[in-house]
Amino acid sequence: METFWFGAVTLMLAVYVVLDGYDFGVGMVSPLVARTDEDRRLVLAAIGPVWSGNEVWLIAAGAVLFLAFPKAYAAGFSGFYLALIIVLWLLMGRGLAIELRGHLDHPLWRQFWDVVFAVTSALLAVVFGAALGNLVRGVPLNAEGYFFVALWTNFLPGPEPGILDWFTLLLALTSVVLLTLHGANFLAMKTMNEVQARARRVARLTGYATVLLVASVLPVLSLVQPSLRLNYDAHPIGYALPLIALAALTAMQVFRAQERDVAAFTSSSLLLFGLLTGIAWGSYPNILIATTDPAHSLTATTASAGSYGLQAAFWWFTIGLTVIIAYQVWIHSLFWGPVKPESGDSSDHYSARKIVPSSPTK
Amino acid sequence: MESALLYDRLQFAVTSTFHYLFPQLTMGLALPLVYFRTRDLLSADDHFHHVARFWTSIFALSFAFGVVTGIPLEFQFGTNWAKFSNYAGGVIGQTLAMEGVFAFFLESSFLGLLLFGENRFSRRVQWVAALMLFLGSWLSGYFILATNAWMQHPVAYRVAEDGRLVVDSVIGLLSNPWLFWQFAHNMTAAVVTGSFVMAAVGAFYLLAGQHRSHAKTYLRTGVVVGAVASMLMISPTGHENARQVFEYQPIKGAAFEGLFRTERGADVVLVGQPNVETMTIDNPLVIPSALSLLVYYDLYANVKGLDVFALREWPDNIPLLYYSYHIMAGLGTILVAVMGLALLWLWRGRLFQANWLLWLLMLSVPFPYIATTAGWMTTELGRQPWLVYGLLHTADGVSPLVHSGNALFTLIGFLGLYLFLGLLFLFLLAETVRHGPAEPATAGVVSG
Repeated sequence: METFWFGAVTLMLAVYVVLDGYDFGVGMVSPLVARTDEDRRLVLAAIGPVWSGNEVWLIAAGAVLFLAFPKAYAAGFSGFYLALIIVLWLLMGRGLAIELRGHLDHPLWRQFWDVVFAVTSALLAVVFGAALGNLVRGVPLNAEGYFFVALWTNFLPGPEPGILDWFTLLLALTSVVLLTLHGANFLAMKTMNEVQARARRVARLTGYATVLLVASVLPVLSLVQPSLRLNYDAHPIGYALPLIALAALTAMQVFRAQERDVAAFTSSSLLLFGLLTGIAWGSYPNILIATTDPAHSLTATTASAGSYGLQAAFWWFTIGLTVIIAYQVWIHSLFWGPVKPESGDSSDHYSARKIVPSSPTK
Repeated sequence: MESALLYDRLQFAVTSTFHYLFPQLTMGLALPLVYFRTRDLLSADDHFHHVARFWTSIFALSFAFGVVTGIPLEFQFGTNWAKFSNYAGGVIGQTLAMEGVFAFFLESSFLGLLLFGENRFSRRVQWVAALMLFLGSWLSGYFILATNAWMQHPVAYRVAEDGRLVVDSVIGLLSNPWLFWQFAHNMTAAVVTGSFVMAAVGAFYLLAGQHRSHAKTYLRTGVVVGAVASMLMISPTGHENARQVFEYQPIKGAAFEGLFRTERGADVVLVGQPNVETMTIDNPLVIPSALSLLVYYDLYANVKGLDVFALREWPDNIPLLYYSYHIMAGLGTILVAVMGLALLWLWRGRLFQANWLLWLLMLSVPFPYIATTAGWMTTELGRQPWLVYGLLHTADGVSPLVHSGNALFTLIGFLGLYLFLGLLFLFLLAETVRHGPAEPATAGVVSG
């Protein structure tokens, strides 16, 4: 049962990164591809209907972690205290930027939120990359199962690390580049004309950078955390996950060259998915790896919420998640295809005075 | 450590109080929105379509602020209250995860549909989306209240070998006897907030001589719904809540009523200042024996005062608890009176001409917000010194390694940020109301 929940949290987080990852990417790409106000509205309209539903995957993953592994939730969230609160502030800023930009028809108002959107997206990509790095590297858990890490110490992944060190910064950079690529792929699929051309250009350039970074990160991962290799040695089938990622990376370059945007976006989704699940495969059953003493590590068993609760939750969770996937797929399919400037998909959805001529069918 | 506890408590109080200003409006508006969308489907003209659009925009504004201020709450259980999370996560993890899976996903996914699908989808799809928003927001309230109800009155749990709690019946957790009246009271209060805001906007337009047809719909809906909901808020839901406090948490009841000494035929104190040192109420204005009557339906019933409980079991801020309760109950009564008057005038067909009553409706709009905030302060301050009633003290729930310097840093950050957000919301709300709804006559004109 614990294995199921470890998998469930991993999958929810991976889905989160794939879905909200393109929202972050769009945030980082938008200053590069959107030149006019009309461009920026199109870019925002591409994610407007779905970003909020995407973000819930993070909140729900956190809640499911709490449900299944309360001890790991308690240790992790209090241990990364400052970083997590800063994530909250950034998430608030990004959410407001997307929702409020269209509220006022004033150039300064819009510029302000455009900058907030781009900056918070980039910083969130940094923090999430660094967070993954911290999970891989491990944290100084004490015998009671708690720890506290500062934002930075001496930037070395030693026994008393900070949240930022050279390794986690490397992952942060990778995350920024990967999500920019992912967002550019998404925009190339959702826009037309000049914006699309610029998005494709960004996707091509970040595509090359991604190859470089992935090639350097993969060996570093197993150097910093050699225990990742244990599961792969015991169950070589797990190699399928990083191989999927590598295949997706290769395929994406081909699709990008052919300007097949939907296929390229699917590839970068698979790339993110393969990388994250690949790391989780190596980490299992560890949720928080101790740098102090391996016995202090919090695992799916030691952090478990107890068998009755997990068993009972299995049923409602499976049903609930199936329903969510069904309606989210439905909603995404409703908004499928490039955003059209005149279709009312503008981000000015609040101002009631802006009624586009239309005769909605009854 | 002591100051870290204070900052942790203040931070949770600030973030949850501020957050709840927004969901009470969205939950309260969700119900009339379903009504408006239904009327839109059934009617031949576009009046209700524009009404629904206008209120969807206010709903969305409040929802956006509710979402961004709600995320910190989900995280803070872990960041600031790690020992509590570790101790009780085996139980409340269930309800919080259910909230995410069954409610939050629903709301967040369908709001985008409603906002961006205006010209893309049929009105039937929009009706479905409005219904899903209603379901999602009310279910969300249910699961969050199930979590709070468990902290007030723990049920359906077992102590594991390592001392942590685990759930032993999910059904038992969701049918906590505390939960029924708490949910009913909380949701009627949310509907009261929603209907006061709706009536106030209607009153504003009528007084200003704008959007008259809209104003009348807002007033009619707001007043009818508000009158019913405010009465239900007092009785039975408020009344039954108070009775269950006296049944399960008699110390809280004695403290918020200001009943220092056990009495036969206890009074209800209407006004007065509690003096904890002398254990008396200064300048009291009372209704004799009313408390015994209300709680036990017997004028001569014995009601336990604070004196029968050990000092260490008392809530740690009795004056604030007492005032919170009295402000809630006092304002609740005023809300019933205002809505009752408005309903009477509406029924007699004179509401739309009665300027003094329209002014009254418009200026009353802060009161439901203050009342719900005071109500939650009553619930939460009255639970002290417990975090989980009878099981875990608040002081034992904080994160062991988060020091006061870090907690104060984030508390100051939240205060600054929320001051900005609060001003931003009021500004945008004023802008939305100033722009007003699209009139059927001007629909189809693109401006700006």
